[in-house]
Amino acid sequence: MSTTTKPDTSETSSPSNRITGSEAVVRCLLEEGVDLIFGYPGGAIMPVYDELYKYSDQIHHVLVRHEQGATHAAQGYARSSGRVGACIATSGPGATNLITGIADAMIDSTPMVCITGQVPKHLLGSDAFQETDVMGITIPVTKWSFQITEASEIPEVFAKAFYVAKSGRPGPVVIDITKNAQFGELDYQYERCEVVKTYVARPDVGRNELQEAADLINSAERPYILFGQGVILSEAEAELKALVEKAGIPAAWTIMGLSAMDTEHSLNVGMLGMHGNYGPNVMINECDVMIAIGMRFDDRVTGNLEKFAKQAKVIHLEIDRAEIDKNVKTDVALVGDAKEVLSLLTPLVNENSHEAWHQKFKECDAMEFDKVIQNECSPTEGMMTMGEVIKNLNQHTKGEAIIVTDVGQHQMVACRYAEFKQTKSNITSGGLGTMGFGLPAAIGAKLGAPERQVIAVVGDGGIQMTIEELGVILQTDVHVKIVLLNNEFLGMVRQWQQLFFDKRYSATEMVNPDFQKIAEAYKIESKRIDDRADLDQSIQDMLDHDGAYFLEVMVGKENNVFPMVPSGAGVSEIRLE
Amino acid sequence: MPQQITIAIFSENKAGLLHRVTTSFTRRKINIESLTASESEVPGIHRYTILVEITPEDADKLVHALEKQVDIQKAFWYSNDEIIYREIALYKIRAEAMADGSPALEVVDRHHARILSVEEHFTVIQKTGRREATTQLFEELEPYGILEFVRSGRVAISRPMKELKDYLAELKVASAR
Repeated sequence: MSTTTKPDTSETSSPSNRITGSEAVVRCLLEEGVDLIFGYPGGAIMPVYDELYKYSDQIHHVLVRHEQGATHAAQGYARSSGRVGACIATSGPGATNLITGIADAMIDSTPMVCITGQVPKHLLGSDAFQETDVMGITIPVTKWSFQITEASEIPEVFAKAFYVAKSGRPGPVVIDITKNAQFGELDYQYERCEVVKTYVARPDVGRNELQEAADLINSAERPYILFGQGVILSEAEAELKALVEKAGIPAAWTIMGLSAMDTEHSLNVGMLGMHGNYGPNVMINECDVMIAIGMRFDDRVTGNLEKFAKQAKVIHLEIDRAEIDKNVKTDVALVGDAKEVLSLLTPLVNENSHEAWHQKFKECDAMEFDKVIQNECSPTEGMMTMGEVIKNLNQHTKGEAIIVTDVGQHQMVACRYAEFKQTKSNITSGGLGTMGFGLPAAIGAKLGAPERQVIAVVGDGGIQMTIEELGVILQTDVHVKIVLLNNEFLGMVRQWQQLFFDKRYSATEMVNPDFQKIAEAYKIESKRIDDRADLDQSIQDMLDHDGAYFLEVMVGKENNVFPMVPSGAGVSEIRLE
Repeated sequence: MPQQITIAIFSENKAGLLHRVTTSFTRRKINIESLTASESEVPGIHRYTILVEITPEDADKLVHALEKQVDIQKAFWYSNDEIIYREIALYKIRAEAMADGSPALEVVDRHHARILSVEEHFTVIQKTGRREATTQLFEELEPYGILEFVRSGRVAISRPMKELKDYLAELKVASAR
């Protein structure tokens, strides 16, 4: 924090800079460009809320209905806007309700600053009312955290918090502020943080490694690019496309990398992983050089590591050194920012086309289309399928919408079939798999990108975990479109029970409420359909409606998501049926 | 194969940092055999010296996970042949057992232990060495009655000649990019 300046506490400082800690909190947020914060008030954070009231013309506070909703909304906001999401809650239960979202932001590298109130310093450790050990609880799931107990600490800590949250591999930061620090005074002076001397935000990639990587790529006959969210976080979409096109390399994505590259691009070969596309899963075990960019080889991506791309030379471009060799042994490590490294690497790479190699992906695509996609996306009888709903959405949105998903079957289907022309358009809980993420994240995403169409695709299980956030739509008038794919089951768990537990459907059948009445209660326009003849017009009506909309689509109860890599199997053992 | 690994972590002394350090171990279910916190040779920089039993591969991953923590400057791991290391042990023995001519005195002498304090009712013996040596002394003193025993965490000096201040100078350049 060498560039931040401690507040001048001498008596000669200007009296106008003498403010309370709570006002300093709000002014720090303004310094960092925060004009929107998601939160829920309570005793230990009331002084800050009093300042938010005074500054309400500069910071829009969105009142959520549960603090978990604040974190997911802040995540959605961060992911659609590329800015740091901010949320605020009180001590004790307010703080503990944030934990799921913080853990989600940690594993999905989402920049977020969470502010929690805390009991006064003199009561710390006394089991005071609504006291909980926020530092102790959040340290394992935060990139950084700090407890402020004196007002004078506020500017420096906030500056560092925003810098840490956004820089390097982004992540959540928690600032816990005791009530006495909110009431206390300081001589306010703010300086943005640009360096933390104990922390390397932008590792300098080795020049030798760059050349080694280029040599490997130039010698490859069957190169394969696998990209993740790092491309989006470093805004390296154009640099990725330049490398892919120059070297003619087929590019597959992880669920978090989806939308970094136009899904209709001829070299975009689809998703790798458990419910990914057939071609990328089979071909990863046939490529000779794998170039992994901004991703971390999650087990849902790799399947059984003993059967994952053992034949390939691996180039791993990643900003987080700790990811190198963590799961997959790397031959050339490019530790650095994706945008910077790709812009240095591509000039060293030869132009190429690899036509015969592309053809192999196309053959796999044809098999997958015949065995899976045709039936999933264009059925002509029976209940509607999730795939045909997503396909219909594509026809209306032309790939221009932001799609926010919850977790489960609908998530996998949406990620498999949704088309994206723009980056920062696929917002989902990838690493933690947090049911309940979808609705609040969609609200945040819409507020982060108000000019864009935002569609929440959710299941009947997940939406009920955070359905209270419909209250935000009511109170804040957020124009999100909600597509509920209702199969009256916890579908993904049921699918596993069918395939691996002899159809013993333990606790997965849902007796659901009348969602139409719930939507009506929140004054949200809604419709329920169970006939595919109504699908196209209903989606048109939803998108045309000037306001939020809740479209419930009844889909087949026991449909499964395929292809599928069974747990413990190698990726190339992917099942098409 | 799991083996004794000594981890050295360098950071500024900040509240909550030890929790962040230990969390990196506990979430991987790595048991901490011993932990010593102390100053380092660089003013303002503290060090944790932590003894664990893990594989070198896991040590690599652990050290990188530690080093990426915002407030940690550097982390290293060493196998036993890469360090000079010691522990200190104190033994409280009943005074009568240490009377002139007692065979316990001969044990203390043979182990090159020293008598740290002679009190009215007890004597405190101090032994510095590796764990096997302090354990051996424990076993030989046990018949005379050990009223209390304590052993410190491992402290270790690394054999490589590169100094911490040189690493910190590199870090300063890297963090300012």
